[in-house]
Amino acid sequence: MSAPISAVPLEQAVWAALADVHDPEIPVISVVDLGVVRRVEVAPGRVRVELLPTFVGCPAVDLMRSAVEERLQGFAPDVEATVTFAEPWTSERITPEGRRRLRESGFGPPPPERPELSALDPAGSDTQPDRLLPLLPVGECPYCGSRATTLENGFGPTLCRAIYHCTACRQPFEQFKQV
Amino acid sequence: MTATPAERRVTRASAVPDVPAFDTAGLDAPVREALAELLLTMADDEFVLGFWDSEWTGIAPMLEEDVAFSSLAQDELGHARVLYEMLAQLTGGDADAIAFGRPVDGYRHCRLLDHPRTDWAFSVARRWLYDTADAVRLGALRRSSFAPLAEVVAKIRREETYHLMHMDVWLRRLAGGGEEPRRRLEDALAKLWPDALSPFAPLAGEHALLEAGILGQPMAELAERHLAQATATLAGLGIALAGGRVTGSPPSTVDGRDRAVPAESFRWLWNEFTMVHRSEEGATW
Repeated sequence: MSAPISAVPLEQAVWAALADVHDPEIPVISVVDLGVVRRVEVAPGRVRVELLPTFVGCPAVDLMRSAVEERLQGFAPDVEATVTFAEPWTSERITPEGRRRLRESGFGPPPPERPELSALDPAGSDTQPDRLLPLLPVGECPYCGSRATTLENGFGPTLCRAIYHCTACRQPFEQFKQV
Repeated sequence: MTATPAERRVTRASAVPDVPAFDTAGLDAPVREALAELLLTMADDEFVLGFWDSEWTGIAPMLEEDVAFSSLAQDELGHARVLYEMLAQLTGGDADAIAFGRPVDGYRHCRLLDHPRTDWAFSVARRWLYDTADAVRLGALRRSSFAPLAEVVAKIRREETYHLMHMDVWLRRLAGGGEEPRRRLEDALAKLWPDALSPFAPLAGEHALLEAGILGQPMAELAERHLAQATATLAGLGIALAGGRVTGSPPSTVDGRDRAVPAESFRWLWNEFTMVHRSEEGATW
């Protein structure tokens, strides 16, 4: 928890410091591993960090933003974290390390591949009557790794979590929603 | 005097909106006005639906649905918040004041959302109708020339997919769930059907929105697409919309009550959701 050593490039030091900032709702994972940090910009005297909300209505965004700014105090006289929708946060953004940490704490990591959002993709097919609904998102059991799972509830204790049941090891589990 | 971290946080949160700043210089007055109308109607729809959803918190027919409807409510209020903040930036207003500070007849939500919560089948039927309509509307905005809206829509659509998926499961469950659930679902659809197209009620500035490429297709076209989809799904469930119980009056986007005069049930809801705001106006915490 100290100001950067001058030998380390500032941008790299900022990324390293951001690894100390954790998701307030799922504290096992950092904002970096969650893929919430879109960009770090470093200029003489200032640091800018862009954050992508996991969900539009995520109540933790304000906390993340102030936690990022607090962590970066001393890195530059002018530090600012902003929220952007310039690209949608998707569950693919979670890093392999983030997935490992989620799994270790009993959260199903969202499978790394993009969900089959046929209805939402830009080919224009979403206007056909039978294509409004995408395929079901895939669940991966954090205990046994099986994908033989069923979605019990697309809605869980926070906006970003869904409830699954593993038919292989018969455990219920929460998964970070695949979006 | 140094503020404590907690104090700093509150000030910070209320001072900085969750939508990035955008440039409105390129929008001429009629387009700006039309865009404001579009944002207000969409935000009001999401906001009002979110509050109706929240009426199930604690009393839904099963725990899983209590969680689901509370989460749906939170999603919708989140969507409304971003749209209100965008509107506030466009018009120089304040998002909280727009959301909570208007008189009851100042809201522009669609008629479909002017019915009380009623029973579970009714809430399912309404949400399913709204979500299928909303998917069509969002589809027409995903390539909007107004980039801040297109960006937020891209994000919202991914979330709405879960809503639609959830309501589709419930629609099928009630339709195939035996005599009483089926009857309640059909009664609800019969009552809601005349308002099924109301999310696409024409906007005063629609022409300007189409010209500017902000809205992809005319509302009338979107309404037709929604009608075709909803009818096809219901027909697949054996719910006849022509000659069956569900046809009361045919759905229409225009009947004089379009996004204007709220029903008694909305007055009650408005009273609920503005109560805290009205109790101490201008308070921050």
